[in-house]
Amino acid sequence: MTDRGGCRLDGPVRMLAIVLALAVSAVSARAQDKPRYGGELIFAVPSEMPSYDGHREGTFGMVHPLAPHYSTLLRVDPNDRTGTKVVSDVAESWVISPDGRVYTLKLRRSVKFHDGSEMTSRDVKASYDKIVFPPPNVGSQRKGQYTNVEAIEAPDAWTIVFRLKWPQASFLASLASPYNWIYSANILAKDVRWYEKNVMGTGPFVFVEHVKGSHWVGKKNPNYWDKGRPYLDGYRAIFMKDSAAQVAAVRAERAHIQFRGFSPAERDSLVGALGRKITVQESAWDCAAWVAINQDRKPFDDKRVRRAMTLALDRHQASQALSKIAVVKEVAGVQVPGTPYATPPDELEKLAGYGRDIKKSRAEARRLLREAGVPDGFAFTFTNRGVPMPYEPVGIWLIDQWRQIGLNATMVTIEASQHVTELRAGNFTVSSDAQCGYAVEPDLDLAKFQSKEISHNNYGRYTDQVLDELYQKQSRALDSEERKRYVREFERRLLDEQVHTFVTLQWHRIVPHNARVKGWTITPSHYLNQQLDTVWLTE
Amino acid sequence: MAKYIVKRLLLMIPTLLGVAVLIFFLMRVVPGDIVELRFAGESAFAQKENLDKERARLGLDRPLWEQFVTWMLGILRLDFGTSMWTGAPIIEEIKLRATLSFQLAVMATAIAVALAIPLGVVAALKQDTWVDYAVRIFSIAGLATPSFWLGIVFILGMLIIFKWLPPMVYTPFWVDPWQNMLQLVWPALAVGYRYSAVATRMTRSSMLEVLREDYIRTARAKGLWEKLILSRHALKNAMLPVLTVVALEFAFLMGGLVVTEQVFNLNGLGMLFVESVARRDYTLTQALVMLVAFVFIFVNFTVDLMYAWIDPRIRFR
Repeated sequence: MTDRGGCRLDGPVRMLAIVLALAVSAVSARAQDKPRYGGELIFAVPSEMPSYDGHREGTFGMVHPLAPHYSTLLRVDPNDRTGTKVVSDVAESWVISPDGRVYTLKLRRSVKFHDGSEMTSRDVKASYDKIVFPPPNVGSQRKGQYTNVEAIEAPDAWTIVFRLKWPQASFLASLASPYNWIYSANILAKDVRWYEKNVMGTGPFVFVEHVKGSHWVGKKNPNYWDKGRPYLDGYRAIFMKDSAAQVAAVRAERAHIQFRGFSPAERDSLVGALGRKITVQESAWDCAAWVAINQDRKPFDDKRVRRAMTLALDRHQASQALSKIAVVKEVAGVQVPGTPYATPPDELEKLAGYGRDIKKSRAEARRLLREAGVPDGFAFTFTNRGVPMPYEPVGIWLIDQWRQIGLNATMVTIEASQHVTELRAGNFTVSSDAQCGYAVEPDLDLAKFQSKEISHNNYGRYTDQVLDELYQKQSRALDSEERKRYVREFERRLLDEQVHTFVTLQWHRIVPHNARVKGWTITPSHYLNQQLDTVWLTE
Repeated sequence: MAKYIVKRLLLMIPTLLGVAVLIFFLMRVVPGDIVELRFAGESAFAQKENLDKERARLGLDRPLWEQFVTWMLGILRLDFGTSMWTGAPIIEEIKLRATLSFQLAVMATAIAVALAIPLGVVAALKQDTWVDYAVRIFSIAGLATPSFWLGIVFILGMLIIFKWLPPMVYTPFWVDPWQNMLQLVWPALAVGYRYSAVATRMTRSSMLEVLREDYIRTARAKGLWEKLILSRHALKNAMLPVLTVVALEFAFLMGGLVVTEQVFNLNGLGMLFVESVARRDYTLTQALVMLVAFVFIFVNFTVDLMYAWIDPRIRFR
């Protein structure tokens, strides 16, 4: 065999050429994986912050543009897809006392604020004091989450100590909250509300500009404590309310990414248009589509009726059908599937409404309605939130499912801002409800379902002391297996025995982004992993 | 004339006062609560004590009459207060968006007038010919096409054909005229086309009416040059209703381009308006309604003055 016009490669030479070619391609692949410095990340943000103070606000519209300016004591591992693994940020190590009540954290010594001043435990204490024990004129949105904190101490410049009234399994995760930014103690001492209108942190990016309603710009912090990071020269967040505009921006490469997520149709249109230039990351979302049932109204005070309502739902079929058109997918209990405290699928199927045999479930639902004295079913109003995705398709699906056991629901859609007020005031019969957490953590995810005397947004308006006790038990259980058991018991009582409320499907997060964006990993929470210190852009 | 102007200016006061009373109480009737929206939302840890503190800070715990009086006293001093949502001065919030909205309104008006007047006049002069039919089809299509839909078509067209999209961030004209035009020319075209359709039809029908007037026949009988008859006698008189339509559309554009702003991601007054209502930001919504009311009243007033300038009969009356 001869080559035409080329050189002939004999056995050993050919082998050598192949080895060399493989080595070159491996080097090239490694070069692709190796973070590259430079570039400006442009991302769309579908919401905008009312103020700049993370301790005060709750919207992701604040977290996405502002998180890169700040550090937290601990953080969720940017590479952990479950969003549950806590790693260090400005605290380099921590020790928990054997009784689980004292958390001692050692701070890094090289952390500087953007104004050049050194960050010490005094700053951490001042920040956490503002969150946990805010002065009378200052709002702290998550103060209620830290009622267990007895004292915060700074014994020396590099040590911070939290003393708890009782052991709390989720406390470490609380210290990794994406909202608990470390502020300068000096600034807080001068004006405790300064951070509502100004930015000055220790994060990987320095604040440059905010034009309200338009954009937010940050540039690389050359003095960031984590040497070698960040990789980007800067970032630009563009506020865009309309999802069609966001899709168009990603498609035209005016934006690299929108971190919250897109719908399946939007994902498909981007993939169809951009092909290999787009990377899609998906995850179960730490938001769930719940149904709130007002137990002050008859016949919903009867748990047989509530149980019939959940038994009517074919969640497994819906998971396949609805996930094609809406941001819902996973069949789930009270925890995001695939995370440490989530109930495994085979165990979940034992709960009312989770079985695979829908005919059997619906026969049982009809029997329960007969027993409850409503054999022919009844009519009621289903109040839905005036946000199309995913409330509209889920609402239509629910009405169809209930119709199959004789329940005739009429959907009334009300504006999102009015919806919250109506739910809180109890002006509804059955309604869509949602819960999104900033981290997958039973203490955060289950708190809502405690008795109405404890939980401000227990829309079912029920009192269940057994459930309250189970909440406390799981919260205080330091052994993870023991905690799992309590979480399962809580779930069984909430969704199966009492059916105070029920979840339809877990939301599903879809983030299609420009393939040039590297170093960002999707998590179940759209509040996490937004510091951008690990993100880089390929050529 | 001076008496007429003073009278019209004084009439603005009760109108604005009526708008102020109406919007203040309407906003309070609409269900929803800014404090719950912002500080409770879906959080299980929201504390009543915190929410009450916020309500007190925003003055929402005070009696309605007291809130109204405080607000009205502020307006008299031209102090609209601060946004309940952002805490920023309302003047600052509006100023930021008003530049873009005003520029877009001016551009759309210029496009509309540039299209409408020649087309309307030609259609009237060539009544029932193919030219007239073509203009009528063009204008009816404009009326039937929502500007936001046309905007979407523009965007998709640019994306699919040129793989390009206008800039997503507003650059003021004096900073970079090219970037500014690149962003605003498309929404101005989308809005201007619909706007021109209304004005074209009005110009055409008004011209047809005027062309049948006795004084046009007299002018022709006198042997006046046709171009002079059209420009001085016909067009000037036909412009009265067109002027009203153009002015009212301009006023509408200052706050009514919600969907178009959304489609092109424009940071204008329309979006601010919708957001402020959705957030139950009473102070900002009230200020925006007052602004739009003022623009409408002022534009009407200006049109009336122009009427007097164009039509001497009004002046003499």
